[in-house]
Amino acid sequence: MIETRSRKQSGGSEEVIKTVQFSVLRYDPKTLPAPRVDSFNVPVTKGLTVLDGLHYIKENLDSSLAWRYSCRMGVCGSCGMFINSYPRLACNTQVLELKTDTVHLKPLPNFDIIKDLVPDLSVLFEKHRSVRPFIVRRDVSIDELPSGEFFQSVEELERYLQFTYCIKCGLCMAACPTVATDRRYLGPQPLTQAYRYDIDSRDDGSDERKEEALGSHGAFRCHFAGACSEVCPKGVDPALGIQLSKRRAFVASLGLLPKKRLAAVAPPVTSAKRREGTPDAPERTVR
Amino acid sequence: MRTRESTLWTWHLLAGAVILVLLGLHMFIMHLSGLGGSGEEDVLSYSSVMERSRALAFVIVYILLLGVALYHGLYGFRKIVFELTLSEGVERAVTVLIVLLGLALFVIGSYATITAYAM
Amino acid sequence: MPESGFRRNQLGLVGWLSGGRYGIERYAFTLHRLTGLAILAYFLLHILVGSSRMLGEETWNSVMERLDSPVFRYGEFLVYLAFAFHALNGLRLALTELGFFLGAPRQPVFPYTSSVRRQRPLFVLVMIVAAVVVVLGGYDFFFAHPVK
Repeated sequence: MIETRSRKQSGGSEEVIKTVQFSVLRYDPKTLPAPRVDSFNVPVTKGLTVLDGLHYIKENLDSSLAWRYSCRMGVCGSCGMFINSYPRLACNTQVLELKTDTVHLKPLPNFDIIKDLVPDLSVLFEKHRSVRPFIVRRDVSIDELPSGEFFQSVEELERYLQFTYCIKCGLCMAACPTVATDRRYLGPQPLTQAYRYDIDSRDDGSDERKEEALGSHGAFRCHFAGACSEVCPKGVDPALGIQLSKRRAFVASLGLLPKKRLAAVAPPVTSAKRREGTPDAPERTVR
Repeated sequence: MRTRESTLWTWHLLAGAVILVLLGLHMFIMHLSGLGGSGEEDVLSYSSVMERSRALAFVIVYILLLGVALYHGLYGFRKIVFELTLSEGVERAVTVLIVLLGLALFVIGSYATITAYAM
Repeated sequence: MPESGFRRNQLGLVGWLSGGRYGIERYAFTLHRLTGLAILAYFLLHILVGSSRMLGEETWNSVMERLDSPVFRYGEFLVYLAFAFHALNGLRLALTELGFFLGAPRQPVFPYTSSVRRQRPLFVLVMIVAAVVVVLGGYDFFFAHPVK
């Protein structure tokens, strides 16, 4: 019964190719004085991911094991962990791809441990929030923003589009050598998002972000070790974003940064005629 | 878009570029000029040191290199210190100490250069 | 129970000193840091030694005599190695930090590429130049002016 279930999770393949040992760091700051490592044998079928393996352990071997996951398909960014000393998403990593007989699992470094493989990502979210990751305008009131569209060309979109794919999984923060020692350093994820909004033609908030993003624990604590871009599971390339924001700060320091031409708000469409029978928009739920 | 840190970092980068040229020249004179066959002369003998010290071009390059290299090196050191999660008070103290050390060494070095030029 | 140090899973200096399974640039980061510190230490000493020329020939000669030992000669060559790496890697960093050799942002389509990979040929190139600088300098150190 149990076996059938685990096979189902592995994507349908029934044949157990080999048994792999999962060495999992176990730690509960509330009850354990120090972390320990537990080992579990997991039968691996073709396509079985590390996340599937953890489910197998939880269902069959040790129900007290804790980790965080949600979507199981590389979208939500919850299951980032240190897999064989490399930050990866557990759902995005097939056990056979690792080509080892032992899978070492630890929580993402540079984050506090909540329990076992669960890192405390709230620091990341706070830092992300601190760079004001949204469109800031001074000429249009914030209430008007959601109702009007902005004009933006494809070229203007492509300047920041890559950086919008971030899923806030924290892998880049775990790989970064500066985050390893500097708890106040914003880190790759928030800095990339700061740049993403800074160069958005709709945004006018660079001056509000600069104290954080270009302050003494901002972009200049990055030394292009490049690990963040290598581990990013979505190809966001945080290192590129940070270097480009340093280039922008360099040009601004020399007083050569051209004034930003802000995208205008598109006027409401008046000439188009509404088709017969089109229902009205539902009433606003938020005011 | 300008912050104190962005200005300091910009100088750090520009200083690095200046050092690349001047220190490259310095290294060439001290370590590579002997490759052309004139390796007999010792670049570190007192007479050869003073010969360079009395040339105005060397005096200017020495003082310029001293200044930019001190800035580049000490700002680099400050970068490393700032990445250790210290309190803001300690960070400020480190900045002050580094500035004082840099100024002291700049004064010593340029005083020596000017004195040797006049000798 | 007091907050345990294990809860704070910070890599600390291990993160600086170990490049781990990441790319070569992360090792270059570590080396850039160490060579920078070494060069700075040498440079501060160098200012004082160089300044001793203003005290006359006798002082200069006695300082040079004191420094004319294999320890200082080999040590100086190590600083020269550090200089070669730091200068050339620094050139790469200055270029990449100003956005050159990184390529423009693009739609992330699997398999992803990254700016770090795109600038890697530049890294290889500057390391080759650094190697040439080291070989030329090494000739001067050990053949043109052999250690006595």
